[in-house]
Amino acid sequence: MEKHLICISCPVGCHLTATRAGDSGEWTISGNRCPRGAVYAQSELSDPRRVVTATVASDSATMPRLPVRTSQPLPRRHIDALLNRLYQLQVKIPVKRGDVLLANVEDTGVDVIFSCDCPK
Amino acid sequence: MIRHETCDAAVIGAGAAGLAAAAEIAKHPFRTVVIDREDQRGGILRQCIHNGFGLRYFKEELTGPEYADRVAALAENPNTEFKLGTTVSEIRKLPDGTFELLLLSAAEGVAYLRTRAVFLAMGCRERNRGNLAIPGSRPAGVFTAGAAQRLLNIEGMLPGQSAVIVGSGDIGLIMARRLRWSGVEVKAVVEIMPYPSGLTRNIVQCLNDFGIPLYLEHGVVNIAGRERVQSVDVAPLEGGIPQLDRQFRIDCDTVLFSVGLIPENELSAQLGVELNPATGGAVVDANLQTTVPGVFAGGNVLHVHDLVDFVSEEATEAGRSIARYLDGSLESDANPVSVESNLRYVIPNRFNRNRKCTFSFRPLIVSDAATLEAELNGRIIWQRKFTWIKPAEMLKIELSAEQLNESGPLVFRLREEA
Repeated sequence: MEKHLICISCPVGCHLTATRAGDSGEWTISGNRCPRGAVYAQSELSDPRRVVTATVASDSATMPRLPVRTSQPLPRRHIDALLNRLYQLQVKIPVKRGDVLLANVEDTGVDVIFSCDCPK
Repeated sequence: MIRHETCDAAVIGAGAAGLAAAAEIAKHPFRTVVIDREDQRGGILRQCIHNGFGLRYFKEELTGPEYADRVAALAENPNTEFKLGTTVSEIRKLPDGTFELLLLSAAEGVAYLRTRAVFLAMGCRERNRGNLAIPGSRPAGVFTAGAAQRLLNIEGMLPGQSAVIVGSGDIGLIMARRLRWSGVEVKAVVEIMPYPSGLTRNIVQCLNDFGIPLYLEHGVVNIAGRERVQSVDVAPLEGGIPQLDRQFRIDCDTVLFSVGLIPENELSAQLGVELNPATGGAVVDANLQTTVPGVFAGGNVLHVHDLVDFVSEEATEAGRSIARYLDGSLESDANPVSVESNLRYVIPNRFNRNRKCTFSFRPLIVSDAATLEAELNGRIIWQRKFTWIKPAEMLKIELSAEQLNESGPLVFRLREEA
């Protein structure tokens, strides 16, 4: 069995080929120009994940929306629920880049963190 | 009373390019003033809340605001002053070879700034509906992708409920995902070329993930609606001609244009800087100095980059040149660099003999086997094979001082393998 993927780990966008004998067992990855490609392909074939970025409302006068992101790629099946949760929030400033807004989303070990500072 | 100030280097624009150059100049004992019309540093990075920045420059994947914060921190220095919320409305060269900038700001009024060197880092503007002359009515709901991105990410307003995106540039692709993640329906992306103009990974994670259709070799032939956009008509293209008998209608209330960027060179033109029609930016030598001595350029105002990491590298190089210009040690040869087949342009347009040099190219073709070669005085001095060549992805290579050991014309060409 053979599957074709395009790596999204970096802008190079390697064209990956995943092969395995039959319908189960380990995938063998080729076409990647760095180790990240193999990691991406294995994850994409078993449990696809994406880094999620969004904004949340804040009480700052100058920055009404604050950018946030997941600390790690999140399983795709959790993305819509996470976004709905984020859009209900109203954040109180100050916040610092890297501060955790939501910890351990859906027990995945992935946090949502702020992407920028917003002083008082 | 109009204030008069002086500095060694004036950096116009506090985006990725301006901040990198300022950080580099600050390693030397020169006074730098960085001017930006926005109230915050970071330029367009601030509204690019998605990830994918910095893998090359910081060896870490960052969002736009994170990348902006990092480079702003690197530019922080007692010898560097930031004038934010300030517009450079005029610039001129004085008879003694220095420059005078007219600065306007709501907070500080009018000031003249005299400087020995200038770094042009104004970035780009977006091409818009007017540049494409798309027929139809003039309803509300038509935006450039970057304007919609600002509206959504900075100001927190949705541009509409259902959108069609014209052009498959990266900003448009990123906006397709952002709109979907904000509850807006994205009906289609329409691209006139037979291949996407954005990065492949953005096709995968911004369109394919959501099943958003991409119509290649199609054009928008009409925008309909009275108060607000109601629909667009899309037709396949054959040899660039819309096939109106096969056109179809897509209902939507929003149209985003992601159809390319234009370097913002009005100030460069005031200085008499020679511009390159192939890039829309300045003609520069190996030091990234323009045809006006003391004036340097880098980042998107020089040529449109697809990675901010490349902007940081280029502007750092320019900052190094500016420091050398200020201490009188900058040397420049006028050995011409040009491109032949299958390449749209090369930067820089001159090289220095016996000095290593980085060259950036924009290919004109899509190919999975092509050789880039460099010919100096009729002799091939360098070759490299590339797979997956496409106009959306800039090529960047370095030639060593040993390879560039002669004066004379340097020509690059891209040969497609049979």
